[in-house]
Amino acid sequence: MTQPGDEAIQDLENRGGDLKQFTFGILQFPGSNSDQDCIDAVEVMGHKARYVWHKEESLGHLDAVLVPGGFSYGDYLRAGAIARFSPVMKAVSDFAAEGGLVLGICNGFQILCEAGLLPGALIRNRSLQFRSEFVHLSTRNTQTPFTSAIPESHLMRVPIAHGEGCYFADETTLEEIEANHQILWQYTTSEGNQEDHANPNGSVKHIAGVCNKHQNVAALMPHPERACQDIIGSKDGRWIFMSLIDHLNRVVSTE
Amino acid sequence: MPEQKITPELIRQHNLTEEEYSLILKQIGREPNITELGIFSVMWSEHCSYKNTRPLLKGFPTRTPEVLVAAGEENAGIIDIGDGLAVAFKIESHNHPSAVEPFQGAATGVGGIIRDIFTMGARPICAANSLRFGNLDSAEVRRLFRGVVAGIGHYGNCFGIPTVAGEVYFDESYEGNPLVNAFCLGVLRHEQIARGAAKGTGNPVFYVGPATGRDGLAGAAFASQDLTEESAEQQRGAVQVGDPFMEKLCMEACLELLATGVVAGIQDMGAAGLTCSTCETAARGGTGIEIELDKVPQRGPGMTPYEIMLSESQERMLIIVHKGKENEVKRIFDKWDLPWAEIGVVTDTGQMVVKHHGEVVADLPAAKLADEAPVYQRASKEPSYLSETRQFDLATIADTQDPIADLQALLSTPTIASKNWVFRQYDSTVRNGTVVQPGSDAAVLRVKSDSLPLLPESAPNRHQAVQDKYLAISVDGNGAYVYLDPYEGGKTAVAEAARNLACSGAVPLGTTDNLNFGNPHNPELFWQLKEAVRGLADACRHFEAPVTGGNVSLYNQNPKGAIDPTPTVAMVGLIEDPAQITTQWFKEQGDVILLLGALVDQADPYQGLGGSAYLKLRHDLKQGLPPRCDLVREKQLHDALRGWISQGIIRSAHDCSEGGLAVALAECCISNERARHTSELTGANIVLKTPAQVRTDALLFGETQGRIIVSIPPSHETKILGQAAILGLPAEKIGTVGGKNLSLKVDEGIFEWDLDTLHDGWFNCINRIMES
Repeated sequence: MTQPGDEAIQDLENRGGDLKQFTFGILQFPGSNSDQDCIDAVEVMGHKARYVWHKEESLGHLDAVLVPGGFSYGDYLRAGAIARFSPVMKAVSDFAAEGGLVLGICNGFQILCEAGLLPGALIRNRSLQFRSEFVHLSTRNTQTPFTSAIPESHLMRVPIAHGEGCYFADETTLEEIEANHQILWQYTTSEGNQEDHANPNGSVKHIAGVCNKHQNVAALMPHPERACQDIIGSKDGRWIFMSLIDHLNRVVSTE
Repeated sequence: MPEQKITPELIRQHNLTEEEYSLILKQIGREPNITELGIFSVMWSEHCSYKNTRPLLKGFPTRTPEVLVAAGEENAGIIDIGDGLAVAFKIESHNHPSAVEPFQGAATGVGGIIRDIFTMGARPICAANSLRFGNLDSAEVRRLFRGVVAGIGHYGNCFGIPTVAGEVYFDESYEGNPLVNAFCLGVLRHEQIARGAAKGTGNPVFYVGPATGRDGLAGAAFASQDLTEESAEQQRGAVQVGDPFMEKLCMEACLELLATGVVAGIQDMGAAGLTCSTCETAARGGTGIEIELDKVPQRGPGMTPYEIMLSESQERMLIIVHKGKENEVKRIFDKWDLPWAEIGVVTDTGQMVVKHHGEVVADLPAAKLADEAPVYQRASKEPSYLSETRQFDLATIADTQDPIADLQALLSTPTIASKNWVFRQYDSTVRNGTVVQPGSDAAVLRVKSDSLPLLPESAPNRHQAVQDKYLAISVDGNGAYVYLDPYEGGKTAVAEAARNLACSGAVPLGTTDNLNFGNPHNPELFWQLKEAVRGLADACRHFEAPVTGGNVSLYNQNPKGAIDPTPTVAMVGLIEDPAQITTQWFKEQGDVILLLGALVDQADPYQGLGGSAYLKLRHDLKQGLPPRCDLVREKQLHDALRGWISQGIIRSAHDCSEGGLAVALAECCISNERARHTSELTGANIVLKTPAQVRTDALLFGETQGRIIVSIPPSHETKILGQAAILGLPAEKIGTVGGKNLSLKVDEGIFEWDLDTLHDGWFNCINRIMES
């Protein structure tokens, strides 16, 4: 049976067989705990990944950066609030400023918001409880390096695991990100409808993930890296990685 | 500071008897000082010494060829899973701390068990738990329940370990004395097994992890007393405060250090903190140990030797390193920004010598402290209540008048209802290894290359991928059964765990158990313990699932009396081939539903209703004898099921437990949760032939043991039924999968349930109670 991602891999291979191996950097903060899952996902996709320690001031050569989930520095002040001051985040900001692709996941989303690389903030789930479950995501904008491979109207089934994932932004910011098509993913029911009961944390506008204005930095609360193999419940996360790889390939082919 | 005089009052406050104090005098040939008295009191507490239970625990089977580290040798047992890989696992209680401070009590319970696992050199890959509370209609019980679940979630989620399995029961006997048993499993290669032994005279002793504070003073001693009305106020200081972030760093640093090969011995500071870790490592190493308390990082000024030695501050480890390799500790712990200190040295004196400001404040024989605690053969007597519960006559209660309402009600009792309110608060997907999520009979975990601890730089196989392995985990234990018949109840706890593993396609590897009982000085309560252990041991032997370790928690009683005796059993199994992983819910319309095992145990005068959830719910009775557990039949059933699973002809398998056949069937229809608010409901049409003399309530809700509901493609029906007949295994077709309802035809009529209604009552029950 063909699975989501299979045909896309096939598609890429049909493009000439020169599937280049890209290198993903996975930031490692004290307390990161989905860092290994990111490596796993990148390797499952057939590419290379290496850790970048939070004390590093330089990223070295990387094709893309993943900011993984976890509880960086214990999240004691506020999720992501301390990580943004780490030496490596300066390097990530520079990388992003030069157009490099940065994807934050879960705690990585919180860090990127704290660092000002993404608009808005993540606050405690409305339930005041941690939530771990599979959710359905619709993709709002499929014209970005993080979403281009996702078929129109395809709902992704991916897990969440967070206590502070309620996306919040003021009215002006919300209008702005709407206007710029920066809302990438939204929580929906299994039928694709936006309903309160399908929203696991109370995020405004059911927002699960956003990108920056330049569309090279994005993040989401759900965990696509934990949804890249059937054996662990879903392969839908591959669509996001496939989009990134697709984009990197396009960049290579135009160089 | 003037030396405090040892008075009878002081001895009593330390929970030591006069005889025990005399033994101390004899062992050391002089009067102990206050620090030494404190050290003895924690080392000789039940929690550390098993002084009341050691003779009983000897009855457990502990060895099979696969056991690499057996029960009692180290912090956790280790079992071979083939291809050079092994698993370390254990369950441990944190009942008393959780009764007093539920959030931190439960959180540190998780922290403690995770440390026990990585101390063995294993990387922890999953957690599970077994919880008991009073009835949820009490606000205080809800507070405890909420706090415990949040505490477990907080620790595991932040640490980054998936919490994948568990069970929760609610019964008034646990009111005021909840049970919080935490399980952890880790994986490692055979050559990575670390030992908690202080080896090598002259080797330096390191303390790593956060500073020592006054929290958790003498927690082990606290755990070994009855809880009283005043406990909450008096003992709050005995509850530790957990920091999962610190533990995560500590684990990463320890595994990194272990990979360098410089570690001679490693031990966590759990119960009885620095005291236990120093004297146990010395005892295991056949050496002595000398430490200077001035070098121990301390949170506050002016801590006395007594406080430093007895503190149970969390996330601390004791590491003995080969002399000359001290820099490796410094390099790695500095990288992780973790405090470390060289606090002492391994000696050849056999003594545990503790200095403070250069003065000796304790000088005790390590092996005697660790291994020669007094051992008691406690008196036991069959409890008098049993003569009453066994008198119960089923004929005195009317048969069910309304099975439709009964099933709906059973599914909406918190003990049977979905525990999604609980497990949705636990990260169950981190580490990319969770194959079967919470909510089926057993959780299934994948072990892959990156599940393992790192190998040394020089190891030739450092980057060699390992073959994926699949483990199944189930935690079980029904206190009401054990209350009514400790021996049968003990057997059943093990049998159910083994059955759950079989349903998921797994062969048992080993068992870890947590014995939660009352005060051992009470002969009736001790009899419960003794009989239950005998049952557990017989069953573990029968299923070839040796006990590799566990925990004993006695003194579980509140002012109203003892809890139902509750052994909880966590069993770990191995699944050969991922294609064999099986879940409990019906999958395909048209599949044939078979019941494997007897419809009702007709030799049981209670027809499976003794101690049942139905009897409790509808008649408010905890009476009769629990269903009999026939180990021979049971194992035959499991073997047969695994055989069919390995042939690929079983689509779903679910064991019948609390609530009996009707509840199990309903669960097969409604328990497939695909995503948030997205459950796949699958109907079934069931036809049961009521055997002569069998009551309808017993047929539907009786808890006869040794029964499994499977669904299979219709083409395999004849084959399975034929093979079952050859094996002498009762098996019959009871229906087909399909439709929108659960329809059940018995001789008395046809009953139909709308699945949405059943699902709603079952799925949202706890949520409604907790969030209203």
